[in-house]
Amino acid sequence: MRLFTHNMLSSNIKGVANGFPLRIEAEQVLEKQVDFNPDFLRNLFPKLEWKALVDGARALGYAELPEAADSSMLESEEFLRKVHHALLELHLEEGALTCPETGRKFPVNKGIPNMLLHEDEETSLQLPGSLGSHMLVRITGKQ
Amino acid sequence: MSNRPELLAPPEIFYDDSEARKYTSSSRIIDIQARLSERALELLALPVDGIPRLLLDIGCGSGLSGETLTENGHQWIGLDISQSMLDIALEREVEGDLLLGDMGQGLAFRPGIIDGAISISAVQWLCNADKSSHEPRLRLKAFFGSLYRCLARGARAVFQVYPENIAQRELILRSAMHAGFAGGVVMDYPHSTKSRKEYLVLTCGPPTISTAVPRGKGEDGESCSEDESSEENQMVCISDRNRPQKKQKISRKGKGRDWIFKKKEQLRRKGNTVPPDTRYTGRKRKARF
Repeated sequence: MRLFTHNMLSSNIKGVANGFPLRIEAEQVLEKQVDFNPDFLRNLFPKLEWKALVDGARALGYAELPEAADSSMLESEEFLRKVHHALLELHLEEGALTCPETGRKFPVNKGIPNMLLHEDEETSLQLPGSLGSHMLVRITGKQ
Repeated sequence: MSNRPELLAPPEIFYDDSEARKYTSSSRIIDIQARLSERALELLALPVDGIPRLLLDIGCGSGLSGETLTENGHQWIGLDISQSMLDIALEREVEGDLLLGDMGQGLAFRPGIIDGAISISAVQWLCNADKSSHEPRLRLKAFFGSLYRCLARGARAVFQVYPENIAQRELILRSAMHAGFAGGVVMDYPHSTKSRKEYLVLTCGPPTISTAVPRGKGEDGESCSEDESSEENQMVCISDRNRPQKKQKISRKGKGRDWIFKKKEQLRRKGNTVPPDTRYTGRKRKARF
């Protein structure tokens, strides 16, 4: 998983108001070369949570990013290269993501975070208006 | 229909190691998936400015559809519930990031950040209750609600679906509308049972002029050929039913060029590949053959 995904990901456990950012516990980090595309970064920059990116990069052992950033810095290629490296080239291979509110751990294996929730954590079960759920077990024509 | 995988087992169990490998080593499936995702990307109608977008592939499986996104230069995040499928995706070294997750539990993304979402043959799985705690309606609601939140305003989501019946299609569409999406179903090749494909095209945000649902392929073929054959297509009146049956005329010359053109037009409407009409069409071979 790359930091660019980490920057989008939040915990959706039932009752969690602010599940962002997930804390990273890194055990193994990989680096892979990716083509540099400044347009993509400029387009993505307004959507990024800078603080989460800086903290995430530190957790993966990359501390080159400045503490604060604004859109004027997008002109500098050096800055963009750093963002590019942090966002797209660092891979969290083994480790875990931790929900900031509940402390629930989402394990990361082979670069894939396991975001599956347990039954008691699902929001879809507590929503109001579950009318006649016993009648609607499977929606097929025959049965 | 007994060959629907949804009816056999839940997705995380059905797509085990052997099934996932079978799925990804079949060149027919790879070809179909590539074509479906190509069309889904076309329906997403992203602005053509060469800037890579951030897309979501829901039910990405082994990353077959994601490959099309990569070829078109986009960054993507794939979500799937089957670990075996994701393992194959890792083996194939797909470019996108992968997540193991259940779309029925809602998508865990920050609001307003995704530029578009595609999903190839996945959403119909949500209509099944595989555990006692599953409720299709609530799972669809959680899925579409969280998708609506994480999409940027004006972004589109395109789902290729195989609904089992009309009730399922209605249920999926209604859940999407309840979540606030505008849009509808685009059907490609509606005349053909084999190559007919359904796409749910949803737009996030208030309805504008651009939220009109695009037309399906093979639909206009129907409208222009109707003019030529309208007399044949008309319904049989009651008075016609009693008319003496005409015997089929097959002359020595065979069925003739007009018959061949008619047949070819029919096949074209079904979406089959048909050789073009030329001056050689329907000519008799020379005697030496």
